[in-house]
Amino acid sequence: MISFNHVTKSYGEEITAIDDVDFTVEQGKIVVLLGPSGCGKTTLLRMVNQLETITKGEIIINGENSKDLDPIELRRKIGYVIQSNGLFPNMTIEENVMLVPDLLGWSKKDKRTRFEYLMKLIGLDAKDYGKRYPHELSGGQQQRIGVVRALAADPPVMLMDEPFGALDPIIRDKIQEEFLQIQREVKKTILFVSHDIDEAIKMADKILLLRDGEIMQFDTPSEMLAHPKNEFVSQFFGKDRAIKSLSLHTVENLREVIGLGPVDESIQDTKTIHIHQDLRNTLSMLLNQEADQVIVTDEQGENIGTITIDLVQKYLHFEIKGKMSASQEG
Amino acid sequence: MENWARFLEVNAPRILELTIDHAVLVSLAIFVALLIGIPLGIYLTTNQYLADTVLQIASITLTIPSIALFGVMIPIFSLINQGIGFVPAFVALVLYSQLPIIRNTYTGIKNVNPEMRDAAIGMGMKTHQRLLRVEIPNALPVIMAGVRTAVVMNIGIAVIAAYIGAGGLGVLITQGISRNDNYLIISGSIAVAILAIIADSILLLIQKRFTKKAIAE
Repeated sequence: MISFNHVTKSYGEEITAIDDVDFTVEQGKIVVLLGPSGCGKTTLLRMVNQLETITKGEIIINGENSKDLDPIELRRKIGYVIQSNGLFPNMTIEENVMLVPDLLGWSKKDKRTRFEYLMKLIGLDAKDYGKRYPHELSGGQQQRIGVVRALAADPPVMLMDEPFGALDPIIRDKIQEEFLQIQREVKKTILFVSHDIDEAIKMADKILLLRDGEIMQFDTPSEMLAHPKNEFVSQFFGKDRAIKSLSLHTVENLREVIGLGPVDESIQDTKTIHIHQDLRNTLSMLLNQEADQVIVTDEQGENIGTITIDLVQKYLHFEIKGKMSASQEG
Repeated sequence: MENWARFLEVNAPRILELTIDHAVLVSLAIFVALLIGIPLGIYLTTNQYLADTVLQIASITLTIPSIALFGVMIPIFSLINQGIGFVPAFVALVLYSQLPIIRNTYTGIKNVNPEMRDAAIGMGMKTHQRLLRVEIPNALPVIMAGVRTAVVMNIGIAVIAAYIGAGGLGVLITQGISRNDNYLIISGSIAVAILAIIADSILLLIQKRFTKKAIAE
């Protein structure tokens, strides 16, 4: 758990980079720090591992005030992932990943076991990749290595500074999925900086939206999309926030609320979509192909129904817009 | 060609001896210069103000003509009865090597990707761990380039040291000039050139051996 207690950072008298920020990242949850550039999100993140100083207030990490901890000790207990080039080119993948355990003086055997476990998590072969150097890996693989390096000493807390920002959209999407999968297993307390709204909606248990070092809103993604607290928040998420919020819902949610259409055996060549796919992707798939329906498949790959643009629209109307207008009236 | 054969028959042992003298003088000077320059360069990365001053002084040293610097050494070292010979030449060469070595060590380390440094600090490395494990290995090609510059430069400058009685291949050339003997001048010059090429190649091999492929590319 990370608690920010009225944290302020100022440079001199005039400039306040972080203004009285007060929030908590619950155990095992991901909080995404979101906001336009210069809003102070990275500064806020770097205050946790003392790469930035705190002017006023305090940060409590798992019950301990960060000010009372030795910065070196503290940093070794916090996983840290940065956007790119954080891997050391002079070290092999194994040396890179096992760096913090090495600093902490783990035995050779423990390091080996841990390395194999971590590589399994990201689906790379430990034997094959261990001896390679970072430049021999693709950007996506390097970023995966960056993530498991932060997990190496099994720190309870992780700081991620736009970890997937330098990747192309397709790889980014895949790695985000993978990371969420890993998070379900390791359950770290994570502070995650992003400037990408879609990424924030996808990754966050809660989003902290910042502007000029001040909290604009701290809420779950769906709450924030449905009930923006002020003009800035609603503008930041844009006019299409209804569509954006579709990515928080899956085909399965839609089936539970309004049901799927029947499977029409006479229609050939229709694309299929998995039941756990989110509705935003489903909608773009529907819009991108000529047929007005796609077949939904379940875990076993059985066809269980069809979905159409009309159904998505209906769902949007009931489930999302309904809540939005209710809030505006209220 | 016959003349050359006869010349070499007589002078080969002497040329070899002078080449060894030359190499010993330069090697010792470089060795001491490394002991001073690399730690100093590393230290300067932590002290910006001092860095500017030291690099400035080192640059100025390099602009002093070598013959003048050797000349200045004579009265200074006369105080300890070492006015001419090995000691003043050695000291002058150490001074000359400082700029390329300090500057390249300093810039090499300063120019290590800041994100890499940030990651190193953020992961909880202490300053010396960061230097030894991340910054120096990644700056090695630049540091070695400075060392190679210093070595090749010193092999050339050491020729002038013959004027203050430090021996080496400069002896052949200065004698050749005063006796108007082309054989001496040419053999001395070629020997210097070969020495420089060999020294540079050896250092390049060392550099490649100790630099990970990833950084060299």
